Amino acid sequence: MFTFSSKTRNIIFALMAIGVIAIAYGFITNPARAWSSLLHNAFYFNAIALCGLFFVAFNYVAQAGWAVGFIRVPQAMAEFLKYGCAALLLIFLFGHHDLYHWTHKELYDPASPEYDAIMAGKTGFLNMPFFIIRIVLYGLIWAGFAYMIRKNSLQEDMEGGLEHYNKNFKLAAIFLVLFGITSSTSAWDILMSIDAHWFSTLFGWYTFAGLFVSGLAMMCLLVIWLQSQGYYDNVNNNHLHDVGKFMFAFSIFWTYLWFSQFMLIWYANLPEEAAYFQVRWENYKLLWILNLFINFLAPILVLMSRDAKRQKQILVVAGLIILCGHWLDVFLMVMPGTLGSHAHIGLVEIGTMLGFLGLFLFVTFSELAKAALVPKNHPMLPESLHHHI
Amino acid sequence: MSQLHEAVVRDPLVLGEKTYHQITEDVCRPVEGKANKFWWMAFTISLTAFLWGFCCFAYTVGTGIGAWGLNRTVGWAWDITNFVWWIGIGHAGTLISAILLLFRQRWRMSINRSAEAMTIFAVMCAGLFPALHTGRPWLDYFMFPLPNQFGSLWVNFNSPLLWDVFAVSTYFSVSLVFWYLGLIPDLATIRDRAITPARKFIYGVLAFGWKGTARDWGRFEEVALVLAGISTPLVLSVHTIVSFDFATSIVPGWHTTIFPPYFVAGAIFSGFAMVMTLLVITRKVLGLEEYITVQHIESMNKIIILTGSIVGIAYITEFFIAWYSGVEYESYAFINRATGPYWWAYWMMMTCNVITPQLFWIRKIRRSIVASFIISIFINIGMWFERFVIIAVSLTRDYIPSAWAMYHPTFVEVGIFIGTIGFFFTCFLIFARVFPVIALNELKTILKRTGDQFLKRHE
Repeated sequence: MFTFSSKTRNIIFALMAIGVIAIAYGFITNPARAWSSLLHNAFYFNAIALCGLFFVAFNYVAQAGWAVGFIRVPQAMAEFLKYGCAALLLIFLFGHHDLYHWTHKELYDPASPEYDAIMAGKTGFLNMPFFIIRIVLYGLIWAGFAYMIRKNSLQEDMEGGLEHYNKNFKLAAIFLVLFGITSSTSAWDILMSIDAHWFSTLFGWYTFAGLFVSGLAMMCLLVIWLQSQGYYDNVNNNHLHDVGKFMFAFSIFWTYLWFSQFMLIWYANLPEEAAYFQVRWENYKLLWILNLFINFLAPILVLMSRDAKRQKQILVVAGLIILCGHWLDVFLMVMPGTLGSHAHIGLVEIGTMLGFLGLFLFVTFSELAKAALVPKNHPMLPESLHHHI
Repeated sequence: MSQLHEAVVRDPLVLGEKTYHQITEDVCRPVEGKANKFWWMAFTISLTAFLWGFCCFAYTVGTGIGAWGLNRTVGWAWDITNFVWWIGIGHAGTLISAILLLFRQRWRMSINRSAEAMTIFAVMCAGLFPALHTGRPWLDYFMFPLPNQFGSLWVNFNSPLLWDVFAVSTYFSVSLVFWYLGLIPDLATIRDRAITPARKFIYGVLAFGWKGTARDWGRFEEVALVLAGISTPLVLSVHTIVSFDFATSIVPGWHTTIFPPYFVAGAIFSGFAMVMTLLVITRKVLGLEEYITVQHIESMNKIIILTGSIVGIAYITEFFIAWYSGVEYESYAFINRATGPYWWAYWMMMTCNVITPQLFWIRKIRRSIVASFIISIFINIGMWFERFVIIAVSLTRDYIPSAWAMYHPTFVEVGIFIGTIGFFFTCFLIFARVFPVIALNELKTILKRTGDQFLKRHE
């Protein structure tokens, strides 16, 4: 049983306080910047939570046993979804004017000089009520499945038997189908529609790949941290090795999708598509190149060898690199669209990130403290306890 | 030891309370015995189809590709459709041997051998089409970057078509090595059991002097792991580059960024369908029902649902973004697919690829051998039409209506396609007679974890 110590709690409150101050400072100096930063971090941490749920779900469906020993960690991460989705909804409701160009009414008025025929053609999808309905739906689906799967898992601790496992298996399968759809559509909604003229069919999967890596990295760091606090002596190098393999493989997968999307647009060089990269290349060249270095070269070099994946210190380094790298990736997806050429990573951005991190950790740790860290009646548990590769 | 910790929810993968010796007997029997009537019948039909295809092939080489139904608007149609279809089928083998190995999926053990063999034959069939499409196949060596002494360097390194040459040939070589490596211990088993000197000699040469010592096995496993590591990005890269052939262009319906992963998912989807088609027959004919169990079929069907759904989501994504983009040509390309003169091909593809695999959500259907076989045939057909819709239908109507044309295949190109199917089955039938279709030595390593007599004990 995990106890959320007051020391940890105080550090987390300090992070949240920094976040509040940074956001307040942002609103006083430049509201558009504050909104963009809020959107950036709300999306990022919500997606990490979503990947926690995704991890739990595919472990059920694939009948994977090795991760059961620490499955409570991604389960607890997923509990952040309800707060993350609520934050996204609030940010949209109050900040849409600064964030989403397509919410400006004059674009759709043929008499206005701002009239935009292309945008007018998209109103069937990009309109306020439908957008709000979609965000609410995502929240209900994601948080709902997180709640149901966790509830069954906790009941299994009390009652045992295979009934809860089988129920969760079904729930996980249904969730994966819904996840397959919503992971793409939510990326279109929340991120792609910022650059409302631009489109890319791969965008949803590209976003998902990056966020899956971040989710894995967060899970890895949390497990290692919990071990350093004296928990999880059932998790050993073999488990961490497998988590490391996932981080390694999906970093490459992310790069593969990055390359596919970029190369095809660069090669065909159609103006309506290339504009997206043009803006980023011209105004954010350094960050844009750094993105590829941090998210591809760093994980591939650090995690290549078997020994590296079996050492906690190296996994921590890799995990931190990946988390920073994909935070930067989301930064590059949001900021050029909302702030144009003059966004940068400053106190507001980092402060907001720390604030959200605090909130995320607070929710995760509170959830972890509510139940046993090891699901003792999970039928796959013996496999996880004797996992050896 | 470790078998004691197997979760109770896992089903056995080897039935019939097998011993190690029985596994050897069961798997070697088709290689050592005589072929039955069914085998000869299948072989005759396949060989006839192959010969018919060979005549059409010779006719094409003699007269040029004017013998096909291509025209100035539709320069790629039946031939390139076949190429992509066969390459796609060739994906399951390496996926099963490499990616499932990395994911420690034990059910791969009984099916990897035949899936890998199938991969190799499928890639050979695929390679024929672009080679022939060049028009003068006797000059095909110019596809490789030859030294300038040969004549000036001809290849265009900027072209995805050239990347394809490299990708497919690399894939073929690595798959072949992987397949053969796995065969070595099993060939040695057959050598050791041989009663005629000729058989002993031939299998002895093929087995590379395998002794089965601990050191042999240690190296074997190390190489298998290294090859798995190399093959995993290869599996993704081959169909990715095939998709680049289309997606780097600006033809509406071809140029879309989702193509690379979507083609890979489609390839695995069609590959598993073909493995299913072959294995359902193989297990019956060779009497391997206790090794290729309903459990294996169910696992493959789950992969089919997964990849089929990914493909389905990709279809819908393409359709949606075509509208969302506001690009007139792009939107039209998709409306034309669904309602234009080739609407039947589109709906064939949608029904076979998106709707039929969803039936596997029902447990009864995905555990039914007959249903699995029928649905796998549907998917094979559907995936052929998918490529036809993407390749030919997009070309028939692109930017300028004055250039629009229809495409009608001739008997020659259809004949070559039939010929490759004949070749594929001929090779597979020969394979099933001369090599063990199950990786018997690898299978023995999981017997104590997944054999039914061992699993029962601790339930």
